Amino acid sequence: MSHSASLRAGGRGRRMLLWVAVHATAVAIAVMFLAPLVFMALTAVMSDRQALSDDLWPREWHFGNFVDVFSGDMVRWTVNSLVYASLSTVFMLVSSVPVAYALARFRFRGRNAAFVVVISAMMLPPQVTMVPLYIVWARLDLTGTLWPLIIPQLFGDAFSIFLLRQFLVTIPGEYADAARVDGCGELRTMLRVVLPMAKPALAAVALFQFFYCWNDYFRPLVYADPDHWTLAIGVATFRQAHRVEWNLTMAATLLTILPVLIVFFLAQRVFIQGVTLTGVKG
Amino acid sequence: MTPGSLRLPFTGGTRTGTAAARARRRRRLRVLAFLSPWLVGFGLFFAYPLAATVYFSFTRYNLFTLEYVGWDNYSYLLRDDQAWEGMRNTLWLVVVLVPLRVLFGLGVAQLLTKIKAGGGVLRSILYLPYLIPPVSATVVFVFLLNPGTGPAQTITDRLGISLPDFFNEAAWAKPGLALLAVWAVGDVMIIMLAALLNVPRSLYEAASIDGAGAWHRFRHITLPTISPVLAFSAVTGVIETLQYFTQPMVAGKVASGRADLPGTQYAPGYPDGSTLTLPQTLYDQGFRQFNMGYACVQALVIFAVAMVFTLFLLRRFRAFAGEEAR
Repeated sequence: MSHSASLRAGGRGRRMLLWVAVHATAVAIAVMFLAPLVFMALTAVMSDRQALSDDLWPREWHFGNFVDVFSGDMVRWTVNSLVYASLSTVFMLVSSVPVAYALARFRFRGRNAAFVVVISAMMLPPQVTMVPLYIVWARLDLTGTLWPLIIPQLFGDAFSIFLLRQFLVTIPGEYADAARVDGCGELRTMLRVVLPMAKPALAAVALFQFFYCWNDYFRPLVYADPDHWTLAIGVATFRQAHRVEWNLTMAATLLTILPVLIVFFLAQRVFIQGVTLTGVKG
Repeated sequence: MTPGSLRLPFTGGTRTGTAAARARRRRRLRVLAFLSPWLVGFGLFFAYPLAATVYFSFTRYNLFTLEYVGWDNYSYLLRDDQAWEGMRNTLWLVVVLVPLRVLFGLGVAQLLTKIKAGGGVLRSILYLPYLIPPVSATVVFVFLLNPGTGPAQTITDRLGISLPDFFNEAAWAKPGLALLAVWAVGDVMIIMLAALLNVPRSLYEAASIDGAGAWHRFRHITLPTISPVLAFSAVTGVIETLQYFTQPMVAGKVASGRADLPGTQYAPGYPDGSTLTLPQTLYDQGFRQFNMGYACVQALVIFAVAMVFTLFLLRRFRAFAGEEAR
């Protein structure tokens, strides 16, 4: 009797200890993950002089730094990034949705082979095809601009096709069949019946595509001349091109992160569902 | 069953035969119409450039003059110190970054399953850095770890610990990049978390009744159940690391203080070639020195390695496709 009681008490003590250990680790990791962002934000509002010291906390809050940073080049880079990301996203949706729909809904010979090709294209490192593509765009006299990155989105994006297809196969075929019996053509069935049910997946691929372009560095670096630089390229050169102080660099960096932060807090679930869809359901 | 494999014996008269043929043709046209963007895209942006990469790899080409040079570019690769440096560093990054991210991602996911209150907040905090643009994240890390004014250095100094000068020392630049990669563990973590939550509860309960401890349950129930997801993460991690370009390039640029101003183009690898990766040597050869033929040889090296790992992935996807496709 007393034996089992002490065992239970010991179990409770150990469980208590485990609870404390788990939560202490969680808090420690959370603090370490947030710290870089906090220090970035604090440095962004320091005075020029203080940014050259090893102070951690701003003595005066110079919110004017954001105004100083957001002028001239920075505005142009932002416009370029926005144009690149928005056009790519719209083009990607128009071209990839029907392909994903066909791979998920139609039965035809070579469908599995087509899907295998989509996955292979998705996994192909962009550097592999970069040289011949650059040569083509140079012949078309479009190097220097961002069009070589935007135009290909009109011809389907492998990752988006893959992700949309994975979602579309989970929608029961009965809905589409019912629409077809009612005399809907395949295009109308897709637009009116199936796509409204696929809104979460459409939101996920659109967000992924937008931020893929927003974050993209390698491809704009290859193609864009300084007039077409995006924010990613601009920020990477900001510290040398403008001033050496870290405060303005951090203010510029914060501005590139801001849209991501806002969308994340508004649409966190979309992001997380999207990642889960790529990784777990295969 | 696919329409193509469905060969009905010729039963009716010619009228039903032509009607069926017409219906089949219409169906085939419909499939083609829906697939057409991708069929064109596949040809223009996948098949053609891949074949052209092979062709250009046998030439010397600088956008203006093209000269056939046989295997010269390949033999040059074998004695090109820059390329070997890039391959060594890429190998280092694959061997260190991939396991580090998978294990840390699994660890924090496991931690998240243990937390009831505040788990959602912690999940968001851990996921957030993954979304931050890689260029921005790299700039922040170079700032954080810089010796004069970096907050990480300031704090550790006050605690009496001295940190290395991460992005300015050849021996520490890659470990600095590893820290950055761990910070951006969000994608791996979400995938691991979903996998852990998919393990049937009943298995754990049965094991607990049998007296299995926490380690035993992890080793004999959790690991076998999530091992396909672990393999998937590792393989995609390898393919991603083969393309590792932005972070080392930006870290080198910002730490060295050399920008892409006219006439001062940054040669990648600062400090001392320690952050030079294969995609960077490709970029340097192809788009800074315009040795495009030779850059194609390096592209083919990346392609060959990525292909091996993609084949591994495809085997797994085939298992999934099989569920509905047959």
